[in-house]
Parts: sequence; C-alpha cells; structure tokens
Amino acid sequence: MADKKYLLFLGCTIPARGRNYELSSRAVAEKCGIEFVDEEEFFCCGFPVKNADWMACTLMAARNIAIAEKHGLDICSLCSACTGVMAETNEHLKHDDKLRAEVNKKLAEINPEYKVEGKITVKHFARILSEEIGVEKIKELVEKPLDMLKVAPHYGCHYLKPSEVHNWDNVEDPQTLDEIISATGAESTQYTDKKFCCGGALLAYDQDTALTVGNHKLEYVKEAGADAIALICPFCAVMYDDNQRTIEAKFEKEYKIPVLYLPQLVGLAMGLDAKTVGMNLNKVKTKELLKKIEEAKPVEA
Amino acid sequence: MSPEAAQSEIAITDLNPDFKYEIAEIPGGENIRYCFTCGTCTASCPIREVNDKFNPRKIIRMIILGMKEKVLKNDFIWLCTGCYSCQERCPQDVKITDLMNALKNYAVSHGVVHPGVAAQAAPIYDDGRIYAIEDFDNKKREKMGLPRVKPKTEEASKIFKATGLDKLIKKG
Repeated sequence: MADKKYLLFLGCTIPARGRNYELSSRAVAEKCGIEFVDEEEFFCCGFPVKNADWMACTLMAARNIAIAEKHGLDICSLCSACTGVMAETNEHLKHDDKLRAEVNKKLAEINPEYKVEGKITVKHFARILSEEIGVEKIKELVEKPLDMLKVAPHYGCHYLKPSEVHNWDNVEDPQTLDEIISATGAESTQYTDKKFCCGGALLAYDQDTALTVGNHKLEYVKEAGADAIALICPFCAVMYDDNQRTIEAKFEKEYKIPVLYLPQLVGLAMGLDAKTVGMNLNKVKTKELLKKIEEAKPVEA
Repeated sequence: MSPEAAQSEIAITDLNPDFKYEIAEIPGGENIRYCFTCGTCTASCPIREVNDKFNPRKIIRMIILGMKEKVLKNDFIWLCTGCYSCQERCPQDVKITDLMNALKNYAVSHGVVHPGVAAQAAPIYDDGRIYAIEDFDNKKREKMGLPRVKPKTEEASKIFKATGLDKLIKKG
C-alpha cells in the first residue's frame, strides 16, 4: 500500500533519452511506498520556449498544472528544468490573480476543461525523497551499503533556484543530495565548483561554450577522485553522460566517469539489480563501477 | 568591425532611451533600473568564467544606456544558460536571469531569432515534445515495462497560435 501518491511528470527528454532515470525512479519510488500515477495528456513543460515567448511557456506549464488539478494530485517531476518552470508558473498563478484570470481565459480557448485554481504543488522527485521519505527511511531500506564508492553530487540549477520559488535546501551550500548519497553508504565527494551549471541549456546555442562549461566540472570531479557523478536532471545527463566522450576528445582528456541518476545509486543500495535501475542504458560504461560494488560486497544468496 | 570594437564611439543619436522601458514591460525585465552595476552577477556567472563575450553587468548597462541596436545584433543575448546564480546574489533584486530571458523574448519578438530557438520550438509546435516519440519508442518502452507515451498532441500548436509564437518561428 502506497503512503504517498503523485502524478508523475516525465517531460520530453526522459521518455526518449532518459529511460534509465525513469526505470530507476519508478523502482525506488515503489521501494519507498510512493505511488506514481501516469497521465498521457501531459506534454512539454514549456521550458524550451521560455526564451522565445514567456506567455507561451506559461500557458504550456499551466496546461499541465490544470490537468494535475483535475486529478487532485501533486506533480512529481524527475527533470529539474520541468520542475523549475512548472513550480515557478504555479507560484505566479497562485499569487497573481490578474495573471491567473488571463491564463485561464486563454487555456479555456484551447480546451474548456482547463482551469488553474492553485490547488496543487510541483515537486522534484529528489526533494520528495529527501523531504517526505527522509534519509532515515532510505537508510533503513538500504540492503547493500555502497561504502566502497565516492560519489560526486551534481545539484544543477533548477532543483534549487530561484530560491524564492523553491524555498528548499540552501542555494549557496546545498546538502540534500549529499545526504541521500551518504544514506546509501557512499561517501559524498566534495569538489571545486560543486554548484556549477552543466551548460546543457547552451548546447543548441553555442556548443563550444556549452562543452567548455561541461568540461569544467568533469575536471574537478576527476581531480577529487570520485568513482561516479550522481545527478537528478536529464539535461545534465545529456551533458556529462551523452557528451562525455565529445568533451574528452575536444579537450584531450580522459575522464571515464560514470554518470548515474541519483535513483540508480539509491536503487543499487536498496538491492535492486543493475538492469532494474537501467544501468545498461548509461552511456559512459558502468561495468567497472558495478564490479567495484560486487567485489567489495559479494552478493549473498 | 565587431560589435565590441564599435564600443569605442557612441553617438547620442544612436541611443534609444526607450529601450530599458520596453525591456521592463516584458515579464522578468521589470527591475532592470534597480541595477547599480556592482558586478556581483558577472563574478557569479559560470558562462563568464569560460567565455568573455558574456558579461551580464555590461549587458544591463548597455540596455540602460539605450544601445538597442548593438545589443540586438550581439550573440551574447543567447549565452545566458539560465542558472540563476546571479539572480540569487544580486543585492538590488534585478532578477537578472529573468531579465536575460526578457531580453531573449524581446529579440525574438523583433525578428532576431537564434536558429536554436526555432530548432527547439518547432518540434513542440508539431508534437508537443522536443523529442518525437515514435511507435518504435513505445514498443521499446513496453518491453521495459514502461507505460506508453502519447506521441502527439495538437494543443501545443494552439498555444503557439494564441501567443503568435507560430509566426515568430515561421510555423503555422
């Protein structure tokens, strides 16, 4: 019996390019007693058109919020960009009566069933794990402590910022992902410029700059001797995982740093097998990492 | 001459004092005139760290001075990654990340559309998603035990039409 019920928001990138994130999140949610409800009518969160037209972005986010309100359920989003833009829109609509009236009028022209009343909240899955499940419960659920691993947390940007929207963790010294990593038994690696952006949002605009920003963090993570990065956004994974070989070639480096979605790490610690958390779908090979886990802690029959 | 090199001479007749007010009318741009050029934004910026072309303090100053044409023809408009580092630290609540987004909106509505903007918006207009979901993807998902994802919706194109974004990205 699930204790907590959320409408799962996948966005665009996860169902197409981040199925390892989706698999591991669903599996970890089940372990934690979170029930995910799927909704076919959700579409893009609006973030990719925010720079073109603020109102188009607001309407797209508002449409998703209106659908969630029909269910009477809060949204759990896996992607930080989706979380950010929908949480921000939700805040605007809750507190700005004039904007809400304007948006509802426009939404009704698109579909008469859509109306935002400000009844739900939008939360990132990592925040739900930290805030609603809690590290103590996660520790209890750990079956295979990953104390042989050093894992570098990557917070990215829109999980925490803008703080006036999220009002969560500490923007200048974030801890929540470090705490979850520690709960798995792994050491959370401290490294220079831990709060640095991945640069992924610039890939379509200035690839050189984007990859230089991506390289910046990989260099420091490598220097700190981390076995892996753990992150919570598919945009960040596109940069560090999908583009790691491109970055290595461009900057003549060798990183070979596995990039895990945080629920993959948590899932492994909870005793889920590698395939269940989609480790075979990671771009940077995770074989050595999995071997390190197995060799340190032989699986007991 | 590059836009940077042109910085050396300013004819007052080339400046547009209304520019800052036009930016302030776009959601996110409201607080631009609070800026007292302390530079905390630039010091906090991860893009500035790797690329000198992007300097938020300078961009804000150029807008306040009314250097509209020079701003609009400069690629730096598109270099803000939207990370909010500057916005969190700005002592004057300029809401710089939102302001940079307002500047992008202004550029697009004035016909200055970076190819990346249209490239991201076009598939959303068509399907409601930035990455198309084909039958192939749904079959793959099914194999993994994941639920089907609806491949297409027309409601995104309706939103584009309602806001005029379809015309700006040459769709519709």
